[in-house]
Order: sequence, then C-alpha cells, then structure tokens
Amino acid sequence: MSSLQFDIAHLLAGSLVLASFMMLYQDRLYALLNVYALHAGVLALSVAWQAYVQQAPHLYVTALIALLFKAVVIPVALHRIIKRLGIHREIENVIGIGLTMMAGIGLVALSMVVMLRVTPGADALAREDLAFALSVVLLGLLIMVTRRNAVSQVVGFMSLENGLVLAATGAKGMPLVVEISVAFSVLIAFIVIGIFLFRIRERFDSVDMQALDRFRGERR
Amino acid sequence: MIAVALLSVAALLVLAPAGVVLSARPRGSIILYGGCLIATSTLCVTALSDLLFFAHLSPSATLPIGLPWLGAHFRLDALSAFFLVVVNLGGAAASLFALGYSRHEDSPGRVLPFYPAYLAGMNVVVLANDAFSFLVAWEFMSLTSWVMVVSHHREAENVRAGYVYLLMASFGTLTLLLAFGLLASGAGYSFDAIRASHPSAAVAGMVVILALLGAGSKAGLVPLHAWLPLAHPAAPSHVSGLMSGVMTKVAVYGFVRIVFDLLPEPAWWWSMVVLLVGGPTATLGVLYALMQRDIKRVLAYSTIENIGIIFTGLGLALAFKAEGLGWVAALAFTAAMLHVLNHALFKSLLFFGAGAVLGATGERDMEKLGGLIHRMPKTAFAMLIGCVAISALPPFNGFVSEWLTFQAILLSPQLPSWGLKLAIPAVGGLLALAAAFAAACFVKLYGISFLGRPRSDVAASALETDRFSLTAMLALAALCLIAGILPGLFIDALAPVSKAMVGNIMPHQVGLQWLTIVPIAESRSSYNGLLVFVFAALCGTAAASAIHRLASDRLRRAPAWDCGYPDPNPAIQYSASSFSQPIRRVFGSVIFAAREIGEMPPPSSPRPARLRVELHDLIWDGLYAPIAMVVGFATERINILQFFTIRRYLTLVFVALIVLLLVVAL
Repeated sequence: MSSLQFDIAHLLAGSLVLASFMMLYQDRLYALLNVYALHAGVLALSVAWQAYVQQAPHLYVTALIALLFKAVVIPVALHRIIKRLGIHREIENVIGIGLTMMAGIGLVALSMVVMLRVTPGADALAREDLAFALSVVLLGLLIMVTRRNAVSQVVGFMSLENGLVLAATGAKGMPLVVEISVAFSVLIAFIVIGIFLFRIRERFDSVDMQALDRFRGERR
Repeated sequence: MIAVALLSVAALLVLAPAGVVLSARPRGSIILYGGCLIATSTLCVTALSDLLFFAHLSPSATLPIGLPWLGAHFRLDALSAFFLVVVNLGGAAASLFALGYSRHEDSPGRVLPFYPAYLAGMNVVVLANDAFSFLVAWEFMSLTSWVMVVSHHREAENVRAGYVYLLMASFGTLTLLLAFGLLASGAGYSFDAIRASHPSAAVAGMVVILALLGAGSKAGLVPLHAWLPLAHPAAPSHVSGLMSGVMTKVAVYGFVRIVFDLLPEPAWWWSMVVLLVGGPTATLGVLYALMQRDIKRVLAYSTIENIGIIFTGLGLALAFKAEGLGWVAALAFTAAMLHVLNHALFKSLLFFGAGAVLGATGERDMEKLGGLIHRMPKTAFAMLIGCVAISALPPFNGFVSEWLTFQAILLSPQLPSWGLKLAIPAVGGLLALAAAFAAACFVKLYGISFLGRPRSDVAASALETDRFSLTAMLALAALCLIAGILPGLFIDALAPVSKAMVGNIMPHQVGLQWLTIVPIAESRSSYNGLLVFVFAALCGTAAASAIHRLASDRLRRAPAWDCGYPDPNPAIQYSASSFSQPIRRVFGSVIFAAREIGEMPPPSSPRPARLRVELHDLIWDGLYAPIAMVVGFATERINILQFFTIRRYLTLVFVALIVLLLVVAL
C-alpha cells in the first residue's frame, strides 16, 4: 500500500472524528442534522476509499447504503419529524459545551491509547482505522449521554453506528451479509424510535426526556 | 451398548413433548408411563448386562451436539453402568407405579411432559463424559424436578418448597461449575483430559470441598439439606420416590465421579471432611425424621440419614485409599455402593406406599391414619418389608450394606494417622445411634399408620390400591429380600466398579459355601442372609402353627385393656407425637430447642387442657435465616438500580465502558 493511499484513508477517518466533534457542540437541531448528514457522507467516502484500497467491490455497496440511507433518507426524515413535532428550539446540553469538548478530547486520547496498545500485531491501516472508529463510537455515546432531547439522542445513536461501520470496513474481510443486516437493523431501529417519538409527544406534548422522568415521579 | 443406552434416552426425550399432547387424552398418561417403563427397562437391562459381562470395555461415543468445538461425550464404564442400573430400576418401578397412581392426578399436564425429561436428564448425567454435558444434564434434571415439585402450585407450602429448592439447586450447580472450572483449567472439559491432568494438591483439595458442597446440596447432606424435606414430599408420590430414591444417588454419582475418578490419589484430610459431614448427617437426619408427623416428610428426612450412611462409607473408602489399605477401601466403597442400590429400592418402595395411602385416604398426616392393615393389606405387607429393610434388620438388604460399613469402621485401628483413628470410631458411634433411631422411626411410621384403630373417617373407609401400584411395590419388596439373602451376587457384580474407583476389589463371594458373605476373612466375620431368612421363616411358621394348634380356636371378642378408662375414641391411642416423646425429651431439647408447653384452663373454664410442642430447626435459624436476611438487605439496596432514568442508564453504561477501556489502556 502506497503512503498516499494510507494518508487519504487516515484523512477520511480523521474527518469522521472531526465531524463527531462538530456534532458534539451543535446546539440546534437542524444544524445537528446537517452535521450528521456530513458525518454519514464522510463515512461513505471513507468506506468507498477502503473499497478501492482493499479492492473489495462489495464495500462499494456498503458505501452506497451509507450515502443513500444515512446521508439522505434519515436526515430528511428527521427534518420532517422535527418540523411536524414543531421543535426548532435550542438543545439544552446537560453539561457545558466546553466541558463536553474536553471530555471528547479525553475520549479520543483514551481510544488511541487503548487501540495502539492492544493491536501491536495488526497492520497500520487497520490500527488507525480501529482507533478512529472507537473514538467515533465513544463520541456518539457521549452525545447520547449529554443530550436531553430524544431526537438528538437518536442522532447520537446513529453516529455511534457510523463508527461501527468504519471499524467493520477497516478490518478486512467482513462479509456483506453482516453489513447489510447491520444497516437494516439500524433502519428498523430508526423506524421504531421515530414511531416512539410521536407516541411520546402525543402523550407528554414534548420529546424532552425530562417529561418522561417527571411522569415516572423521579427526582432529578 | 452405549448406542442402545443413548437411543433409549433419546426415546425418553421424544416422549417429553409427546406428553403435552397425551395429557389432554383420557388414556394419555397410560401411554406415556408405558413408554417410560419400556425405555427405562431397556436402559436397565443394557446397563446391567454391561456391568456384568462387558465392564472392561467402557465404550464411549461423541455426538455433535452441545458446544460446537467440543461435542457431547458419553461413556459407559463400570461406575456409569452401575448407576444406570440404579436410576433405571427406580425409573421403571416409578413408571409402573404411576400407571396406576396417575389416576389421582388432577392436572396431568403439569407432570406428564416433565417426567420423561427428568428421567432422561438423570440418565445423561450418569452417561456424560465431559464437564459441559454433565452440568447441562445436571441442571436439566434439577429444573424438570423443580417443575414437578411445584406442580400442585395452589398450596402455598409447595410454592415455598419450590423456591427453596430452586435456590439450593442453583447453589449446587454453581459449586460444581467452579469445581469443574478448576479441574479443566489446565486440561479441557472432557473427562479423559481431566483424568490425564495433574492438578496441584491445593487445587485438588478445593475441588473436593466444592464437589462435596455441590453434590451434597443435591443429596441432602446436613447443613445443605434444608430444601429436601420440603421439596421431596411436595412432588407427586412417584416423583417423590424418584427424587429421594434416585436423584440423591445421581448426586452421589457426581461426588464419586469427581473425587474417586477425576482427581488423583486422595489426601487423608479429604476423608476427614467427608466423614465429619456424613456421620452427623445420618444422626441428625433420622432425629428430624422422628419428630415428623407427615409420612412423606418422615421418608424425606430418612433419605438424609441414608445419604449420611453412604457418604460415611465413601469417606471411609477415601481414608483407607489414602493410607494405602486398598482392600479395606474396596470393602467400604462396595458397602457404600450397595447402600446406594438398597436405599434406592426401599425408599422408592416406601414412597410408593405413602403414595398409595395418600391416594386411598387423601391424608399424609399419620395422626389421621391408623388401622390401614385391615383396609389395605397388600400395601401394608409391602410397606412392612420396606420398613424392616430400611431399619437394617436381617434378612433384608439394608442390614447387609450397613453391616459391611461397620466392618470397615472396625478396621480403622489399622490406619496410621491418629486423627482418623480417633474420628472413625466416633462416626461409627453416630451411625449406630442412627441405625437405632431409624428402627424407632419406622416402627412409629408403620405402627401409627397401619396398626391400631383408624383415627379418621377417611382412614376407616380406605380401599386397597390398584394392581399396577401393587405390582411395583411388591416387585421392589421382592428385590429387597433377594438383595438381603443373596448379597454375594451383588458384591461380585460391584467388583469392576470398586476396581475402577479404589483399585482393589473385595474377596470373591459367589463360590462360598451356603451363600455366606465374608468381607475380609472367615475368621473375623461372616454373614449368611439365607440362613437368617430360613431360620426366621421356620421359627415364625413353627410358632404360628403351634399357636394355631395348641391355642383354643374358639373366636372370642373382648374389649381391649384400656388402662381402666373405657373410651371408644380412637384419639386415645398412642399417637405419632407421643411415640417420639421420650426421644424428643432426651435429644430434642438441645438439637431442636424443643419445648413442651402445657396450657391448663382456669378452674371454672370448660376449655380442654392442651399440650403444645415447639420445635425449632436450629440449622435453619442459625444458617439460612441470617443469609436470607443479608441477601434481602443487599437486594433492597441494589433495587434502586431498577428505577433509573434512561439517561442515567446510558451514563452508567458509558462510565462502565470508559472504566474498562482505562483498565485495558493502563
């Protein structure tokens, strides 16, 4: 593998982490969705590049799925949901943006250390890919933890799944069946969550998770 | 051989789902129990022929089920063959009994599907040749029996019994899992690999303790016995018979397999632990039994006593094996195995008898029975044989195995270690005490339930039980007698088992004159069951005919002597509680913290005076209740976790993940 190929793969995976950071501090729903679309687009590019580098044509299918569903269908659908729910409000972060960003940087450092330590035998591309993928997964989890709005939690979950796809394509030889089934499971999860969003709103006039907590009689 | 055995087990497993369909049919239970009878009989005959003729072959088989890279290994060696005989003899007898008994079952769908599965589970435990199959089958056996324990779930007591049983069964499986984990850590999960490995002395010691806990909790060793007297009586009677007579033996099998077969040469202190648990188990079990009024509960506690005797035998075998006295080890081991068979025979018989009484009267409380010998003469006859056999009276089988155990105890002065030299006679004393109590206990059971006058209307109007049940009981009674008067045959059949487990065999018995058995040498001791039987039969016949000839045959009816108080009320007879009162006064005040509380009414009141007896199970109060309290306290604290918000759960997962990653990274 030439060093240019490696550098481009590195660049794309790094951009994915960067996009995750962008999602971390977006405090408006529409902006968050746009960044998520960007995130998925970068993922599609990255997967397509892996397909080219590894000469694995089935990865092109994965890239196409990512581009079609994650970069177009899901963001558009979420846009419409937000419009119909009528929530263009600001997102309340549970902890401040500065602190969240610091935590994110810590997580990326942690995933680098872990991955470099546990995979000394693997080839360089896979190592870098896995380290970035783990960062994306952790950042996705962080988004889910720090948001209170159900829609942005869904977006966090979707970005987490993008990290998994990145990891899967970095490790050579993952069968197409697995990827397609993962993609479908995410789609189904999306549909289910979408339906639940409306059900929650119907019942509580809000998709703020705090409303649910209040309903259960919990103190915060 | 093993193919036939595995096919029969498969047939049982096919019968289990068929039971769901059959339970809806009017004659479904007949078909199902008939199928079980055929399958278990096949297994029994197969195992018996294997034990007698092909014991040196020990064929094995591997099936591609279970863990994908391991498969399921099965092996039919001498030990497996012997326990297969025990399991399926009990299984066949229970199936035959159930052909008649099942008509008393009001909701057969709760029992029918699980009964064959339970039998199959016990068979697979005995056949398994790798730890995974063994544990899966063990747990399968526990769960299917648990379902049948709670089959009469409308009685709150049964539900509690099921709860305690489930907890104890899980505990037992956990300890066995740990034991096999320790054994397999260096080798792998197949028994062949474990046998070839050489665990260190410390690991082997821990495995022995864990195996004793795991097998002991299933067999009912004190203080792990608490579930047994609750669960065994709660099941339908034929299942009670199986649980008490057979499943406890499967537990003994598990212990023998691990400690005698899979582990290397024993250390002397292993036997000390086993003996110090076995002896008190025997005595305490029968003391508990003496205090009970419920027939099935008496039988369940008496199972604990017999398990104590078996484990004492195994402890002796371990002691003598560790000290290099192989021939005595063979004697003790054979005695224990013989008692395994004997107890399976007479305990099944007694539970079936209790089931017959329960079916005829609907009562398990002895204080409401009485006089059944006139209403149910054949059941009474079979029960009498069972009671005599379990009381270890010659010429029946219980005597032989207990006598052999005592022969081994009497050889303990030959041991070099002083600890064992002092401990074994003490354990022998406990066993002797237990034997005497057992006799008292079964005199009480038989005397109160079958003799005297009926204490209730149901007892007075009881009808003899059906033919199938009677056949099963009489067949077991006949086997008890055969094992008692021809013990040499059984001892010789056990030779390959003893050879494989302790490396020695007892002297060959069959060729000896007059079917005598000689455990060590003729100059020391010998026993001839046939002679005792013939003598007892001749004396009895002679005495009976003499009385008939010489006494006046004119029938006279006269009032029985009633201590001067002519009262026709049967309640003034000797009762179960009054029979055990002397023993309760001597031992119970310490062991059960028993108190008798007399309540006298005030002089003007017409209220009757009452005598109440309070018994406490000190082991329950001192061991189980504190554990339950601690667990309850802890669960209440942890319960908060159940009511977190979604985000807090997410945070919890997130933090856990970060912590784990940090552990990896640092």
